[in-house]
Parts: sequence; C-alpha cells; structure tokens
Amino acid sequence: MSTYNFDYLDELEAEAIHILREVAGQFEKPALLFSGGKDSITLVRLAEKAFRPGKFPFPLVHIDTGHNFEETIIYRDKMVERIGEKLIIGSVQESIDQGKVVEQTGKNASRNALQTVTLLDTIAKYGFDACIGGARRDEEKARAKERIFSVRDEFGQWDPKRQRPELWNIYNGKIHKGENIRVFPISNWTELDVWNYIRREKIELPSIYFSHERDCITRNGQLMAASPFLNMDDEDVVERKQVRFRTVGDMSCTAAVESDAFLIDDIIAEISASKISERGARMDDKVSEAAMEDRKKGGYF
Amino acid sequence: MNILKFFTAGSVDDGKSTLIGRLLYDTDSILADQLEALQRSNRKNDDGTIDLAILTDGLRAEREQGITIDVAYKYFQTEKRKFIIADTPGHIQYTRNMVTGASTANLAIILIDARNGVVEQTIRHSYIVSLLGIKHVVVCINKMDMVDYSETVYNSIIEKYKILAQQLKLADVTYIPVSALKGDNVVQVSENMNWYEGESLLHFLEKVDTDHLDQSLLARMPVQWVVRPQTEELHDYRGYAGRVLSGTFNLNDKVTVLPSGASSVIEKIEFFDEALDAAHAGQSVIIHLKDDVDISRGDTIVNASALPQETKLIEADLCWMDTRALDTSMMYNIQHNSKITKCKISEILHRVDINTLDKHAADEFKLNDIGRVIVKTADALAFDLYDDNRANGSAILVDTRTNLTVGALMFRAAVE
Repeated sequence: MSTYNFDYLDELEAEAIHILREVAGQFEKPALLFSGGKDSITLVRLAEKAFRPGKFPFPLVHIDTGHNFEETIIYRDKMVERIGEKLIIGSVQESIDQGKVVEQTGKNASRNALQTVTLLDTIAKYGFDACIGGARRDEEKARAKERIFSVRDEFGQWDPKRQRPELWNIYNGKIHKGENIRVFPISNWTELDVWNYIRREKIELPSIYFSHERDCITRNGQLMAASPFLNMDDEDVVERKQVRFRTVGDMSCTAAVESDAFLIDDIIAEISASKISERGARMDDKVSEAAMEDRKKGGYF
Repeated sequence: MNILKFFTAGSVDDGKSTLIGRLLYDTDSILADQLEALQRSNRKNDDGTIDLAILTDGLRAEREQGITIDVAYKYFQTEKRKFIIADTPGHIQYTRNMVTGASTANLAIILIDARNGVVEQTIRHSYIVSLLGIKHVVVCINKMDMVDYSETVYNSIIEKYKILAQQLKLADVTYIPVSALKGDNVVQVSENMNWYEGESLLHFLEKVDTDHLDQSLLARMPVQWVVRPQTEELHDYRGYAGRVLSGTFNLNDKVTVLPSGASSVIEKIEFFDEALDAAHAGQSVIIHLKDDVDISRGDTIVNASALPQETKLIEADLCWMDTRALDTSMMYNIQHNSKITKCKISEILHRVDINTLDKHAADEFKLNDIGRVIVKTADALAFDLYDDNRANGSAILVDTRTNLTVGALMFRAAVE
C-alpha cells in the first residue's frame, strides 16, 4: 500500500470540493456569492478544482454596494475574464433608486445593512435555490453554530433554533419552493488556513490586502479609509498611514490595520502573532453581542 | 500537520463549556477582541475570574439560559496539530444534537463530575459514543479541586467506568483527572495531583492517532457529478467526480459500478491539473474508466474484489431526530452518500432505554429515541456495515412533507 501525504490543507480542500459538487448535484439553480474578498476568491479556486475542465455549474453573483474599493472591482473583472465564467451583479444603488431601501444618514452611515435587500431581490429575480458563500465558523460565535447547508425561508430568514441536524458528510438539500439554501464550503477553515492555502496555491489577491499608503481617519478607535462614501466632518483628521485590510467589504464599514506586511509571508506572520481577531476590524459586528445572529436571522450572507 | 475532530459530552453542570474554554484560553486561541467582549459581558465566576463557558455559547437564548442548545464548532491549533471541537449539549432533550456532533468525530471526551461519579447521563453519553463508533474515548474526571484532588475518589470512579466501557465494547479508553476551572491537567500537568502519572489532556490529544481509511480494502467512491466539458478539444471527455470514502483506487484497478454491476478498469485519475497514480480515502478526484459505461450521480464505484452489501432490506440502528414521531406507514427519503431513494421503516425491533441500556419492545419512535429497525428501500443501496466502514454504513432519513432530516441510520446487517 502506498503512503501519501494528506495534510490539513488537503483535507479542508477535499471537503470543500465535495460540498461544491453536492451543490451541483442537488440544486437546479445555484450561485456563488462573490465579494472580491479573499474567502470568495478561495471559493473560486476550489470551484475550479471541483469542476475543471468543465464549466462551473453556477454563475458568480456580486452584491455591489457601490461603495467599493476600486482595487476590488478591477480584480473582479480581471478574474472573471480569466476564468471565463458568468458574473451577475446585484446593485444596492439600484435598490436605493427604486426606493426599496433608504440610505442611512449620520456619521456611521454604511450600506452594509442595505445589501440584504439587494441580495434577497437578486435571489428572487434569478430564482436561485442555493447560494454558496465564503463564511467561516471561526469568524463569529453565531456562525460557529451554523450548518454547512443552511436553510433560509421565503423571507431570507435563518432560524437558529430550527436547524436541521447535519450528520457525517451527508447534506440534505431538499427545500420547499421559495426557500433557498446558503452553502458554506469553507465552514471549517480558519483565517490562517485561508492564508496558508492562498500562499500554497499562489492565488493572486486584490492589492488592498497588502501594505500600502492611504489617507485614513480614526473612527471609534478604528482606522477608516478616507473616501467620498464616508460622512466626514470638521472633527475628522485625515492622516497618511501605512495600512492594509484584513477583510474586504463596503468602504464605509471596513477598517484598516496599520501594517508593513507587503508579502503573503508577512501577512501570515502578522496574523499568527495578532491579538485582534479578523471580525474585530468590522464595525458592523460591534453593535451588540448578538449583532451577527440578528443580521443572519434577517437574511444577511 | 493533520486535523483531529473531537466532541465533548457532558452536561451543563459537568463544566463542559468551561473545559473547552480552558483549552482555548490556555493555548492562546482566544483573540483580544473576543476576550474584550468576554470581559464586557457580566458573567463572572464567584471569585471574579472570567467565565470561560461564554466562549462556546453562541446563541442569544443560550447566553440567557446559560446552557448549550446546539452544536457549536470551535477551532484551535498547536504546533503539532489542528483541532476541530464539536461542543454538544448534554441534556437528554438534546440527544439528537449530540449524535450530530459525534457523527464526524474521531475522538470523544466524556466528562464526569468527580463529586457525582458515574451517573445516568454518563451511561447515555457513553452509549452514544459506542453507537456512533467513535474510536478513541477520553474520560475526564472533572472538578477534582472540589474533592481535594483525591486519588481514592478518582480510582473508584474509573473502576466503575471500566465496567461500563466493557459492556459497551469501548476498546480505547483513557482516563485523566482534571479541573477545567483551575486548569489542572488540561494543558499543563497539575502539581496538585502528583499521584497521576499520565499526560495532560492536550498532550494526549496532540498525539493520538487519527484514522484515515486508506488502508482499508473497501475502496468506495460515490459519484457526485459527471464532468463533461463538451468542447471541441475535449469532445469525448467524461470524468466521474467524487470523494473517495475509504480505501485506495490505483491506476488499472478493476472496479465495479453499482447498482448496474458493470465492470471496468481505472484509466486515469485526475486532480485539477495533476494526473495521479492513486486516489486515497478523503481525496476529491475525477476518475476515468476504460469502458464506456453508463454512470450518473448516485452510483458508486467500488473495488471489484471487495464488493459492498447490496440489499433492499437493512437492519439498522435509528436515532429519531424530529418532533413529529416516526410513522411506519409513511414513505421517507433515505439519503446514503449521493444516492437518494424512497424507504419505509418496515419493523421496529426494539428501542433502547439510553439511561439504563435496557432494550424494550416498541411500536413508536419519538424525538431522541434510539433503537434497532428494519429499513426497506425502493432501490437497493450499495453499503457497508457501519462498524466496517463508517462513511459507507450511514444514512439519513428525510421527511418528504417537511424536508427535515428526521433520522440517522447506522447499518448493522443486510437482511437476505
């Protein structure tokens, strides 16, 4: 019997590929939610490993807040061209223009919460029955309890008390009309696992993940990129900082960290030593202890 | 470095969440903002130290009631290994959650309160461990600080547990005296129990072997998806995508495709841009066969010289997981790897009282009931017995009215 080297990244990868293929096999109209962040970029890589030389059995869907880092959009368009797969864009600006959501006002205004409406509308418009997302259980304690196949009702709601038991590696994808399933193939990965995988696979990332100079202001103890999307007033002092981003979201709610990490190796060293977890740099989670649980119940990613 | 998945069984009062919190805390796996959130919250121990149990109670209702309702997954790593913990509730009304957490674990930690010793729930938790076929068991005698770190108390508890372990045929059991609250023998070996000559819990977890089933002869790969690019240059490309459940497939191996029974030979094994000589248990690959056989999702490719069972009547252990009771007159869907077919529970052989292990005749199965049944399937399943091959010996039942997962099945025998 031959021996083979099957380390933890191989195991996580094989599990994620298995989950992606279950989505392909069990659903009529799946989609892969693509944010331009490292987790969804990792999903695209895993989908290539699951389905090449065939086409992906699903399009990529980007819920565009209109408040993007320019680097992310450039990256997205280049990547879509390289892989030759279909991209569908759901626009938060359109939802605002149609009067379906109202732009927040005030200093901490963000389009983060508005995305949920656009996401649900996009799911309804195309009739998606499964949406693959890059959420991980190590990010946050409500996510720590979520299933890999997670049912959303007609209103996009997650009910944490009525989750289906999920046993062995068997995923129950049966749903009623109007419901859909969110699928999280990298549930069992940690932030460090994702970075180690990106390094191993030599996956290219948007440049904002790496150290660069940027005008920032300090809000609630966090560094925010100065941009037209941030409501600024005279009290805000703009400073030039050497920063990078640990997650990529809406510009109005994604905080930067001061960093000299120019290379993936630097980032991995930085994270290994870091004492601030990744979601600590997201203003949207700080609202209350149950912030994520409440947003997920309402249909958020 | 590899991954060890383990689950913890114990009740609220055994200090289960505290033990997990302690493992995370003492391995520096709690990050600063989580720690800050922890300190902001009002739950403190009597002596003013942080209540580590908060780390694992993720849902609002759980924090309010101070109990664990659902399975929470936690991750940490040391220099030697990565760990995935399934933190499961211990109350009898959450037996289904415990079965869920146990289904993917290769090690179980059973917590016993040193003040109470082996109690009803210890029997229940140990039974679930044996039912789900978990290979390694660690019995942690917790709260040793409350019994003055007494060796006599410890010894009398493990003597009792050994009788239970024998009854349940638990082969590999390790005993460790700990105090999760104080940290004794969790990460560091305690100085309060010099009479204990073993290792700390973490050291044990770091070196226990994890079984990959590639040594098994039972090579099995359920087909999940057929890759057919249908482009000009790949016109005849037809690859069968799946994850190898167990055993190893080598190039030129003779294989059988079930349920058709067609045989062929492995022509090529691909993983993305690599061509492989072999596909081992755990790997997700694409297999090509020499002959043009009809294969679709739900079929299984197996080693031609070690065929699985193939029947429509299967004796199985069933754990019922729905609030609506089992209806023996109803058809359910049975999902076995990528195969879904209709089934009925044609007979209930017995139900187990999981607090005493007594078997009773029964005509109904309610939430959290466990027992032995006969399953009758519409199409024959290509399965192995659970004890021989966990991955190919298990299935779930789905209620076609609600689409809920209502039962977990472990196959024990083919009925001829």
